[in-house]
Amino acid sequence: MSARIGVITFPGTQDDTDALRAARVVGAEPVALWHRDPSLHQVDAVILPGGFSYGDYLRCGAIARFSPVMETVIAAAREGLPVLGICNGFQVLCESHLLPGALIRNAGTLFINRDVTLRVESNSTAWTSDYEIGREILIPIKNGEGKFAADERTLDELEGEGRVIARYLNNPNGSARDIAGIANAAGNVVGLMPHPEHAIEELTGPYPGPATDGLPFFTSVLKQLVNA
Amino acid sequence: MARVVVDVMLKPEILDPQGQAVNRALPRLGFDGVVDVRQGKRFEVELEGPADEAALARVREMAEKLLANTVIEEYRVRVEG
Repeated sequence: MSARIGVITFPGTQDDTDALRAARVVGAEPVALWHRDPSLHQVDAVILPGGFSYGDYLRCGAIARFSPVMETVIAAAREGLPVLGICNGFQVLCESHLLPGALIRNAGTLFINRDVTLRVESNSTAWTSDYEIGREILIPIKNGEGKFAADERTLDELEGEGRVIARYLNNPNGSARDIAGIANAAGNVVGLMPHPEHAIEELTGPYPGPATDGLPFFTSVLKQLVNA
Repeated sequence: MARVVVDVMLKPEILDPQGQAVNRALPRLGFDGVVDVRQGKRFEVELEGPADEAALARVREMAEKLLANTVIEEYRVRVEG
C-alpha cells in the first residue's frame, strides 16, 4: 500500500489542489483534510499548502494555527510526523511555533510573483533527502509576506545546526541571510516560501525550465515513508 | 462594561516597509519635518465586567497568545476610560 499524504484545506487556501496533485504524481495516495476536522485520517505525512487562510486576517497564518486540525498536526509533528508548510503553510508553522521566526511584509512592500533560483542547503530532512546539497533549483514564489525574520541568535542556531534547507540566490524580499526555507531540529517539519508543488510537471512548471525541480520534495518524503 | 485597548507594534529592530512607504508619501503631500513613521494595530476589547487586575491579566494572555506575535511584535495593554 502506498503512503498517504494529507493536504489541509483552510478557508482561503488556494494551492491544495496542486499539492494533492504533487502527492499523486510521485505515487502517493493524496488525502484531502479539512480545517474543522481534527482527524488526520491515518495519513503518513501532511502538507500545509499556500493561499490566504482566513483572509490573512490579523497576521498570515495566525487564525489557521488555532483551527481544530492544527491542534492535531502540532501534536503529531512533535511526535515526528513529516509536515511540509509551503508559503502560507510556512507562515502557519511559524505561528504554531513548530518552526522559529516569522514571515513579514516583503522589503519593498510588493507582492512578488516569479520563478526564483534556490540553492539547496540541507538534505537531512524528511522533505529534502532526494536533493544534492548545493543543487540550484528553479521554483516559483508568489507572496506579499515572505520575508523571513528572526533574531540573530535564532539565525545563528539555524545555520549552526544545518537547519536552513534552501537559500535564494538573488534575495527577492529581504529575507534574513537569504533564507527561503528551514527545518525543525528533528528534520520532520519543513517550511518553504517558494512553491515546489508548482514545479513538478513539464506542462505547468517554470518556463522555459527546468520545470520539475520541485519534485524531490515529494519523492523525498515518499521514500522515507515507504522505507519506514 | 470596560474597554481595554491593546496596541501592537512591530519591534523596533524589525523593518516596517509599510510605515516607510507612508513616510515617503508625506513630503509629496506637503507634510515636512517627519523623520519616521511606523504602522501598527489597535485592538479595542470590550469587557463584560470591570477592567480589574484579573481581567487585564486575561487580556494580556490574549495578546500573548493571539493578538500579537511576540517573535516580531510587542504590545501594550491599557484601559480606555
